[in-house]
Amino acid sequence: MAVKSYIDAIREAMDLALKKDNDVVIFGEDVGENGGVFRATDGLQAKYGEERVFNTPLAESGIGGLAIGLTTQNYRPIMEIQFFGFVFEVMDSIAGQMARNRFRFNGTRQMPIVVRSPYGGGTKTPEMHADNLEGMVAQIPGIRVVMPANPADAKGLLMSSIESNDPVVFLENLHLYRSLKGEVPEGYYTTPLDTAAVAREGEDVSIISYGGGVPVALKAADALAKNGVSAEVLDLRTVSPLDIKSIGDTVTKTGRVVIVQEAQRMAGIGANVMGEISERFILSLKAPIGRVAAPDSVYPFGQAENDWMIKPDDVVAKVMEVVNYD
Amino acid sequence: MSNLTATNQQILDFQAQLEAQDTSFPMLSVLNNDGQIVDEEALKRADLSDEDLVNIIKRMLLSRQLDIRSTKLAKQGRFGFFAPTAGQEASQMASSYAFNDDDWLMPGYRDIPEIVVKGWPIWKAILWSRGHALGNEFTTEDGKPVNAWIPQIIIGAQYVEAAGIALGLKKRNKDAVAYAYTGDGGTSQGDFYEGMNFAGAYKANAVFFAQNNGYAISTPRSLQTAATHLAAKGWAAGLPSIVVDGNDPIAVYLAAKEARAWATSGKGPVFIETLTDRLEPHSTAGDDPLRYRTQADIDAWWQKEPLIRMRKFMTEKGIWSEEQESSYIDEVNALIDEQIKIADKVDKQKISNFIKHTLEVPGQAMTEQISKFESEGK
Repeated sequence: MAVKSYIDAIREAMDLALKKDNDVVIFGEDVGENGGVFRATDGLQAKYGEERVFNTPLAESGIGGLAIGLTTQNYRPIMEIQFFGFVFEVMDSIAGQMARNRFRFNGTRQMPIVVRSPYGGGTKTPEMHADNLEGMVAQIPGIRVVMPANPADAKGLLMSSIESNDPVVFLENLHLYRSLKGEVPEGYYTTPLDTAAVAREGEDVSIISYGGGVPVALKAADALAKNGVSAEVLDLRTVSPLDIKSIGDTVTKTGRVVIVQEAQRMAGIGANVMGEISERFILSLKAPIGRVAAPDSVYPFGQAENDWMIKPDDVVAKVMEVVNYD
Repeated sequence: MSNLTATNQQILDFQAQLEAQDTSFPMLSVLNNDGQIVDEEALKRADLSDEDLVNIIKRMLLSRQLDIRSTKLAKQGRFGFFAPTAGQEASQMASSYAFNDDDWLMPGYRDIPEIVVKGWPIWKAILWSRGHALGNEFTTEDGKPVNAWIPQIIIGAQYVEAAGIALGLKKRNKDAVAYAYTGDGGTSQGDFYEGMNFAGAYKANAVFFAQNNGYAISTPRSLQTAATHLAAKGWAAGLPSIVVDGNDPIAVYLAAKEARAWATSGKGPVFIETLTDRLEPHSTAGDDPLRYRTQADIDAWWQKEPLIRMRKFMTEKGIWSEEQESSYIDEVNALIDEQIKIADKVDKQKISNFIKHTLEVPGQAMTEQISKFESEGK
């Protein structure tokens, strides 16, 4: 297996999907010749032509409508929203239309659309480029929200998302695009949706996270190991709908839980995970559930990002609190 | 000012530009309010056989009858939401007559009659109105797909989706178009522009209609925009954009037919503003037009409604009569009676099906809920 970056894995998934299925089309702002502002689609237009990979005018709602319309002609659209902070402009297409169409048509029509979009802080972007808005879309019935945390999953989960007949919001952590590398299996493979993965096994405490929170959790687990605390890290991978079984497995194994998310405490997925644990597994808990999340302010100005974002030390401190609870 | 070049002087003459806008969109007219043809050549160009004319007036009468019956049923509480269509029969039924089964209809919530003539059974339209999922299965009585969308509630969304269908049809080399309807209020939405702009940029197979019926619920057309013609908005996206007498079935048909031919020839979309009037309330849910317009204004528009002139023209031509009309209306009413009976008999909806239809592959919590509701027979 070759070691690849997170973004190379994503590009490879799209390349293989375009090759495998002629109905797959990719479009968005600057995804053509320019290969996207992060080069996620670099070279794909040259390889598959303008009929398959093409630029759109600069209007997110138009991009969403385009995707929905193209499904009627049996296309499987992969639409890119250049930054997930721009999602507000396309919320009707996502929440009001594509998430509801299967239901609306009484199950007689499908919406095989993937909405790819980068999110997450750490790169000092202008405003509305880095917010973690997954909680907002995860509350919409009829749409799946997938957030890979490593290159191998990014490739396999994107393949599965493209194959899915349900619409998928596929969120890519832009800080990890180039900073995170990992082994990626060759060729076409799919990684199951709605299935969490144990990113690190442990005995004393379960750290449950997703997307950009997972590398933070893994670093914390390394530090904790040095202090003699064995932390299990569960990577949710699909944040809506949740893999409740895997959450239950780790909670009942360790009896202690810390939920880690990059999103503000009032946003994100953490509260949903806590809700499931409280409803189903509360008697397995030996301590109250700990949470590590960003402060409940609007996403900060670039220069304050490092102070605002969650860090491995925050996770270590919260885990020690939960582990030492009697 | 005197030192400016003539071109620069012209550019900076804002008043002249506004006046040019006013005069750039004359109204296409073929059949006047008295049932007289005002342009024989245009009538020839419309190329409507006597049979076509009979089909068009029948569709208009079907629409009027659906309107009358739906309004009555709504008052009795036997209908759900209904947006009246009286006055817009030419705008809706003569335009849609220019399209065929392969074309994709993207309707707003007032465009029920266009979907019905495309093959959506009336009993399904009734169920849609009442809020029953079976109405939303878009197939004909004999199971063929109806190339149309569920009436769009979010004003303007049908325009961006039409752009996607239109691009798909072009990519698949289909001899077909997407045709979308909105109203004068709809032209204020961002999606209205984005849809036309996308379709225009891709030279996609689309025909866009804005039925300028005077009011968006209570807000008059004059408050929607400073543009003197809504057609100017299509121009902004680079589309051929025209104004048509929306109460003139022949002009509306001619415009739609030519727009369809243009759009399928690879030249890109066309935008058509039909000038008409919503003679009745916005919906059957308690709107009172007299809060925002005068009875005299409504009465004046009733004198210009499209059936009057179409009847006169066709009677004069010897291809329509009072007897034909009353026998056709009886036929339509019998059909509506029968369709109401079908709609009354459908099974109760199941919550478990709602969850099943939300995602093809449900999540764990959804699966649990499906089992729970199924065990309760829901």
